[in-house]
Amino acid sequence: MAILNNRLSPSAYAEHFQDIHPPFETLDAALVEANRCLFCYDAPCTKLCPTSIDVPKFIKQIATGNVRGSAHTILSANIMGAGCSKVCPVEKLCEGACVFNLMHEPPINIARLQRYSTEKAMAARWPLFTRKPPTGKRVAVVGAGPAGLSCAHALSREGIDVTLYEREPKGGGLMTYGIAAYKVTPEFCEEEVQYILSLGGVTIQYEQTLGANLTLETLQAQYDAVYLAFGVGQARQLNIPGEALEGVVDALSFIYQLRAEGFSAVPVGDKVAVIGMGMTAIDAATQARRLGASEVTLVYRRTQDEMPCTQHELDIAKLDGCQVIWLAAPSEVLGLDGKVQQLVCERMELGEPDASGRRSPKPTGETFAMHVDMVIKAAGQEPFGALVSNLSLAHKQGRVQVADKTRTNLPGVFAGGDCVNGGREVVDAVQAGKDGAASILIYLAGSHS
Amino acid sequence: MADLSTDFLGIRSPNPFWLASAPPTDKIINVMRALDAGWGGVVWKTLGSQVKNVSSRYSSVNYGSKRMMGFNNIELISDRPLHLNLREITEVVKRYPDRAMIVSLMADNDRASWHTLIRQCEDAGAMGFELNFGCPHGMTERGMGAAVGQDPEIAKMVVEWVMEKATIPVITKLTPNVHSVVPTARASVEGGSNALSLINTIQSVTGVDLDTLVPNPYVAGKSVYGGYCGPAVKPIALKMLTTVAQDPLTSTVPISGIGGISTWRDAVEFMLLGATTVQICTAAMTHGFRIIEDLCEGMSNWMDEKGFVHTRDFVGKSVPNITHWEDLDINYHHIAHINQDKCIHCGLCYIACEDTSHQSIRLDRGNPYNTYTIIEEECVGCNLCQLVCPVADCITMVEQRVSPEYVNWKEWQRRGLPLNDH
Ligand SMILES: Cc1cc2nc3c(=O)[nH]c(=O)nc-3n(C[C@H](O)[C@H](O)[C@H](O)COP(=O)(O)OP(=O)(O)OC[C@H]3O[C@@H](n4cnc5c(N)ncnc54)[C@H](O)[C@@H]3O)c2cc1C
Ligand SMILES: Cc1cc2nc3c(=O)[nH]c(=O)nc-3n(C[C@H](O)[C@H](O)[C@H](O)COP(=O)(O)O)c2cc1C
Repeated sequence: MAILNNRLSPSAYAEHFQDIHPPFETLDAALVEANRCLFCYDAPCTKLCPTSIDVPKFIKQIATGNVRGSAHTILSANIMGAGCSKVCPVEKLCEGACVFNLMHEPPINIARLQRYSTEKAMAARWPLFTRKPPTGKRVAVVGAGPAGLSCAHALSREGIDVTLYEREPKGGGLMTYGIAAYKVTPEFCEEEVQYILSLGGVTIQYEQTLGANLTLETLQAQYDAVYLAFGVGQARQLNIPGEALEGVVDALSFIYQLRAEGFSAVPVGDKVAVIGMGMTAIDAATQARRLGASEVTLVYRRTQDEMPCTQHELDIAKLDGCQVIWLAAPSEVLGLDGKVQQLVCERMELGEPDASGRRSPKPTGETFAMHVDMVIKAAGQEPFGALVSNLSLAHKQGRVQVADKTRTNLPGVFAGGDCVNGGREVVDAVQAGKDGAASILIYLAGSHS
Repeated sequence: MADLSTDFLGIRSPNPFWLASAPPTDKIINVMRALDAGWGGVVWKTLGSQVKNVSSRYSSVNYGSKRMMGFNNIELISDRPLHLNLREITEVVKRYPDRAMIVSLMADNDRASWHTLIRQCEDAGAMGFELNFGCPHGMTERGMGAAVGQDPEIAKMVVEWVMEKATIPVITKLTPNVHSVVPTARASVEGGSNALSLINTIQSVTGVDLDTLVPNPYVAGKSVYGGYCGPAVKPIALKMLTTVAQDPLTSTVPISGIGGISTWRDAVEFMLLGATTVQICTAAMTHGFRIIEDLCEGMSNWMDEKGFVHTRDFVGKSVPNITHWEDLDINYHHIAHINQDKCIHCGLCYIACEDTSHQSIRLDRGNPYNTYTIIEEECVGCNLCQLVCPVADCITMVEQRVSPEYVNWKEWQRRGLPLNDH
C-alpha cells in the first residue's frame, strides 16, 4: 500500500475524466429535446433556479432558431450560465421541478440545452451585453469566483468601473479550483472568465490576498464601494488523534491540486477513506477512484436519508465503484512511521432531530477499523473565520452576516456567495453577485445625491 | 373480423385505401411495390400530353419536430411517354386483377384529344377514370387542370365529352381552389360523371428562405405557387367533402375522399363524412407504402369494436351531424373541470384563458407548483384550456345545460331572450 502519483497512462486519465454530461452533438438533437418542452407558464423550472433563468423562453428560442436570443436569455439571468449548465445539481433544481416528472416522463434536459446555447455564444464570442456610459463610480470586488464575477459584470453593465482582487493566478474561484474535473476543464473555466470579462470595464488583479498584501481600509479609501466574495476555506478539522499523519489530506487541497496541476501530479492511495457525504466528499471519492485508487470508501455518520448530496451524486460515486459505510464516525487515525495505516470508526445510531431538522447521530460505543493508506477529509468547509473577524465584519461562526442579503455591518461594504451562505452552489453565488450589484447601485445612487 | 373490401361503382378493391394520382403511382415499379405491400388500388399518375418538369419540385412545412406537416409541389402531370405508361398499366392489371386500377386523365382541351386518350386507356385495361380538374399549377396556364375545375360550365362540357366515349366509370376530381366545390361538383354530375373525388392540392407558398429571400421550392432563384397537401389540409378537405356529401345532387354519387389522410383514424373520419374510398399521397411519400398495414389493421379493429361489418355500414354516418349554426342549441352549456390528480401544473390552460379568453381559471401560487382551478361562473365552455392541456383527460368538459329545452338562435331572438351583459 502506498500513496503514489502518475498511476495511469495519459489516455486512461483522459478517459476517466471525460465530460460526464456530454453536449448535444447536433442542432437536430437539441431540437428534438427543445420541441419536447411544453413552454410552461410561470414555469416550475424557472422558479427553482436561484438565478430565475427563463427556461421555457430560452428553450423556445432554440426551437425557433434564435440561438443568440436563447444565449442572451440565459446569460442575462446568469452570467455563468455556461458553467452552470455543466455543474449545477439540476436534479434538485430546474430539472427536478420539470412538470414531466409529474407525468413520470424524463424531465427536459434543460442543462444540456442551456449548454448548447451558451457554448455557441462562448465559441463565437457573441457580444450579448453592452456597458452603459461610464458613471465615474469605482467598485472593488474581492474574489474572482462566481459571486465576484457576477457582481462585477452586473456593475460594469451599469457603467461602473470594477477592479477584481483575486488571491489565485486564475479567476473562476471553485469553478476553476474546486469542482470535479469531469464536469469542467481548466480551459473551459478560463474561457468562461474571459467571456464574462469581454464586456469591458472590469480589471482583475491576480495574486492579491485580502488580509495579506491587501487591506480592506485601502479598498474602502480607494473605491466607492467594496464587494466581498472570497468564498470559504479549507475542510473542517476532524479533531481526532492521528489527523497530522502523512496521508490525511483535506479534500479541497486534494481537488485543488488535481485541478491546478493536472491528473498525473496528484498522489493518491491504494485504499482511500473519504469522510463525509456532501458534494465535496462525492467529488473527492470519485476523483480518487478515477486517479487510480483501488478501493475508495465513503464514511458518513448519518444515513442515506440525511445525506447532503443528492441521490444522483451518490449514484455517480457508486457507479465509480466507491463503497459507502453509513452510521460511522471516525474516531482515530492509526499510523506507522508517520504514515496512515488504519482509520478507526465508531458505529452511530440516529437520535433526535438536531437544528438542521435531521436526526442527529449518537455514538453506540462500538468501533471498527479500516485498513487504508489515505484519509480524505470532506466533512464540510470552514469559513475564513480569522480573516472575517480581523476585518471587523459581523459574522456567525465565520460566515459574514448581511442585511437584505447583501449589506455587511461596514458602510459601503457588501458581501455574498459562499462567504455568506457557508458554501452552496455556483448558481447561488451568481445570484448573490447580482443581488450585491443591485444593492451597490442603490447605495451609490444614494451616496451621490 | 371486419370486411374492408370495397365496391366503388363495380370497381372492387380488398380495402378502401387507394394511392392518389401522384409520384407513388407514376410507374410500374412504384405501383407493384404498393400493391405487394397491400394497397387496395391506385389512381395512376395523370396522363395527357407529355410535359417536362423542373428541379427542384417539393417543399414542406414542418411543425416543431414534426416534418412534412404540410407538403407542397410544383410538379406537372406524368412526364413519361404515354405508350410506356399504357404498357405498364396493362402489365399491372394483368398481375393484380383484384386491385383497383383507375387512370387519371388530363387531355388537351378538345373533344378529340379526350376521346383518343380514353380509348387508349380503356384498351390498356383501366377499370375507371379520374378526371384531373384540379392541378393548380403549370397546367392551368394551358387552360387545363384547375382552370377547368374552377369553371363549372367548362367542367360540365369536358365531362360530357368524356361520357360520350367512356365505357367504364368516371370520377371527377375537384379542385379546392374555389370558394365552394359544390358548383363544379354539381356541374360534373349533371354532365354525367359517375362519381366525385376531392380534394386536389391547394395553392400555396410554403415559406421563404431567410438567407436567399427566395420562396420554396427553389428553381434557379425563383419559385412559383405550389399545390399544398398533407396533414395540414385534412380539415379543409373534410369540410369540402361534407358540402358535397350534403348536397342533394352530388350526394347521389359515390365519393373518393382525399387530402391529408395519414392514419386509419383520418380515413374513418373521411368515410364517416361520406367517402366510400380514400386516397393517399403525402403519407406514403413521407413513410413509404408500409403504412398500409396499420391503415387496414386500425380500421378493422375499430370496426370490430363498433360492430361494423362492412365499410358501407358506417360511410356517411356523421354527415347529418354537421348542421347550420342557426340550428345549434343555445341552451347547451358545458364547463371545464381540471382533475387535480392529473394536473402537472404547466399553467398552459391558465395563460391561454387569462390572456386570450375569459379569465375563468384561478391561479393559486405555489413553489414551484401553482394550483389551477376553474371559475365555473366565468367559464363559457370554449374548450381552449382542454385543447392546450398536455395531459389526456386532465381537463374534461362537463355538461351543465342552462335549461333542458332546445332553443336555437332564431327562437332566442324571437322570444327576446337576454344577451351577455359583460
Ligand atoms: C469540491 C467542491 C465541489 C463543488 N462542486 C460543485 C458543483 O458541482 N456544482 C456547483 O454548483 N457548485 C459546486 N461547488 C460549490 C461552488 O463551487 C461554490 O458554491 C461557488 O464556487 C461559490 O462561489 P463564490 O464566488 O462565493 O466563492 P469561490 O468560488 O470560492 O470564489 C472565491 C474566490 O475568492 C478568492 N479568495 C479567497 N480568499 C481571498 C482573499 N483573502 N483575497 C482575495 N481573494 C480571495 C478565491 O481564490 C476564489 O477565487 C463545489 C464546491 C466544492 C468545494
Ligand atoms: C408531388 C405530387 C404530385 C401530384 N400529382 C398529381 C397529379 O398528377 N394528378 C392529380 O390528380 N393529383 C396530383 N397530386 C395530388 C394528390 O393526388 C392528392 O390529391 C393530394 O396530394 C392530397 O392528398 P394527400 O394529402 O394525401 O397528399 C399530386 C400531389 C403531389 C404531392
